[in-house]
Amino acid sequence: MDVPETEFAPWNDADEKPLIRFRNVTKRFGEFVAIDDLSLDIYEQEFFALLGPSGCGKTTMMRMLAGFENPSEGDIELAGQNIVPVPPNKRAVNMMFQSYALFPHLSVWDNIAFGLRRDRLPKAQVQARVEEMLKLTRLERFATRKPHQISGGQRQRVALARSLAKAPKLLLLDEPLGALDKKLRQETQFELMDIQEKTGTTFVIVTHDQEEAMTVASRVAVMDEGRLIQVSTPADLYEWPDNVYVADFIGDVNLIKGRTTASGDERYRIDWIDGQPPLNGVSKTVFSDGQTCHLAIRPEKITISTDKPVDADNAVQGKVLDIAYLGNLSTYHVELASGTVIKAQTSNTRRISRRSFTWEDPVWLSWTATAGVMLAQ
Amino acid sequence: MIRLSWFNVVSLTLGFAFLYIPMVILVIYSFNKSKLVTVWGGFSTKWYGELMQNEAFLDAAWVTLKVAVISSSIATVLGTMAALVLVRAGRFSGRMLFSGMIYAPLVMPEVITGLSLLLLFIGLGLDRGVLTIVLAHTTFSMCYVSVVVSSRLVTFDWSLEEAALDLGCSKTEAFRLVTLPIIAPAVIAGWLLAFTLSLDDLVIASFTSGPSATTLPIKIFSAVRLGVSPEINALSTIMITIVAVGVITASLVSKRQLVRQKREEQAAFRAQ
Repeated sequence: MDVPETEFAPWNDADEKPLIRFRNVTKRFGEFVAIDDLSLDIYEQEFFALLGPSGCGKTTMMRMLAGFENPSEGDIELAGQNIVPVPPNKRAVNMMFQSYALFPHLSVWDNIAFGLRRDRLPKAQVQARVEEMLKLTRLERFATRKPHQISGGQRQRVALARSLAKAPKLLLLDEPLGALDKKLRQETQFELMDIQEKTGTTFVIVTHDQEEAMTVASRVAVMDEGRLIQVSTPADLYEWPDNVYVADFIGDVNLIKGRTTASGDERYRIDWIDGQPPLNGVSKTVFSDGQTCHLAIRPEKITISTDKPVDADNAVQGKVLDIAYLGNLSTYHVELASGTVIKAQTSNTRRISRRSFTWEDPVWLSWTATAGVMLAQ
Repeated sequence: MIRLSWFNVVSLTLGFAFLYIPMVILVIYSFNKSKLVTVWGGFSTKWYGELMQNEAFLDAAWVTLKVAVISSSIATVLGTMAALVLVRAGRFSGRMLFSGMIYAPLVMPEVITGLSLLLLFIGLGLDRGVLTIVLAHTTFSMCYVSVVVSSRLVTFDWSLEEAALDLGCSKTEAFRLVTLPIIAPAVIAGWLLAFTLSLDDLVIASFTSGPSATTLPIKIFSAVRLGVSPEINALSTIMITIVAVGVITASLVSKRQLVRQKREEQAAFRAQ
């Protein structure tokens, strides 16, 4: 067939029915409002990340999906059915716990078989499904071990196998990689994506690690104080943040505050510090003259050079204050005459000994008008 | 090995002498040939033989064992239930009051507990016998069980029970299949504690026993008032042996389990 493979983006399709639907959900613990009148749709086969600092309500959202908490107001629908009155053991939802919650008195095999046995499945069927899960998570060799006899990474895989064994409509992952060291965590992220694709299960992951959310998720919901700040794909979240909070939370950013004046079609002049030339920016959102605006520019979109660049939309001069050498990248902290510090990042494609500038060197920073995002708040 | 200083050797010797000399003397004199307790008349095991002929002692021993097994079993069930509610139910109003009240019998003078139970049984018109001793022992030993079990439960990872629910268990199944097997060592320890408490209780049993049923401690106590006989020494030696074997076995078992778990965890760590 010559039908082009379309991008996976059910959230853009008005005919698509969401698998999960939060409808004006509020959750209060006594006086404390954990979730504040929140509505959200999650689609089938999505890998959806709930991202936010601790206490933002992301874990409460997950526990409401699992059935361990009930919303104070509003409905939660799973495949069109309101699941609020359904107890956790009757929901087609399984969860992978942050502590893994493996049963210490059962072997790896029995841990994975636990949920299948509760469904009173015939022995042969349980056997076949457990073997399948062991194979999927590459745990065949450890089937007879107890949880305390295997490593942290293996425990994580047992927990995943156990929660996937019942083939749930929805799998919840609560900080699934938090207990692993960095290298193992990165490997496991790709493994998770692989398994998600193979099984076609909808995954909802809770994490406070923005890099993890960006890596694994098809869409990310940034949360703060019980509300959704922005729900977008990782790329949109990074390139087109809705506001200063998201711009600052995801990755590294320079935030420059100034006042706007329209200077052409969707083009604006931004006056920021006396004595510095005004900056030029582009925005589809309309700013009125004199309105306060935050220009958010990612450090890697700023070019650093010794000579004044010709024809740059924006160019400022300063001196190198600090250099953070990260191996593949270097981040330069450049102080302007006004005292403002701007971060610029370059790829280290050349050997370090041939780097063209060092501490205290006068440098020029430049970026195009489209490099930054103009944010009203 | 660490070499002990003379000061440590002396204090260790004194401490252990203080603890064990009375028992050692009792054990030695249980093998005394002479009928006079204070005069050594040569080695003999004849008092052990005579003990086996003594119907009254054997009856009392049987009653004691029965009471200990039944009361400690009931106390374990009730104590575990109390511990579960107090640890898990969160901050319901009056929780502090309840948890305080469950520990109160631990510090209550036994005489008062015994007396109040006696008054209750008379008020209810219960004939004193095995039943009343069982009830009394259950009452005071269940708080010990509850202390032991709740100290285990405070470190229990409740997400284990949530995981069981998540995988399709009802609440009772989750308890039976996950929580209970994991806290089993604490529950068994609680049972053993209740069992030994019941075995050597004298004060409460003396209030709640009747002519139809006498426990061993009461029997020994009343026999001693007529004069200590070598038979009593023999009986006491047997009891010491039983208790010692029980305690040593329990500690060896738990130690071995700990060592094995440590070794396996290290092996797993190396395998990473």
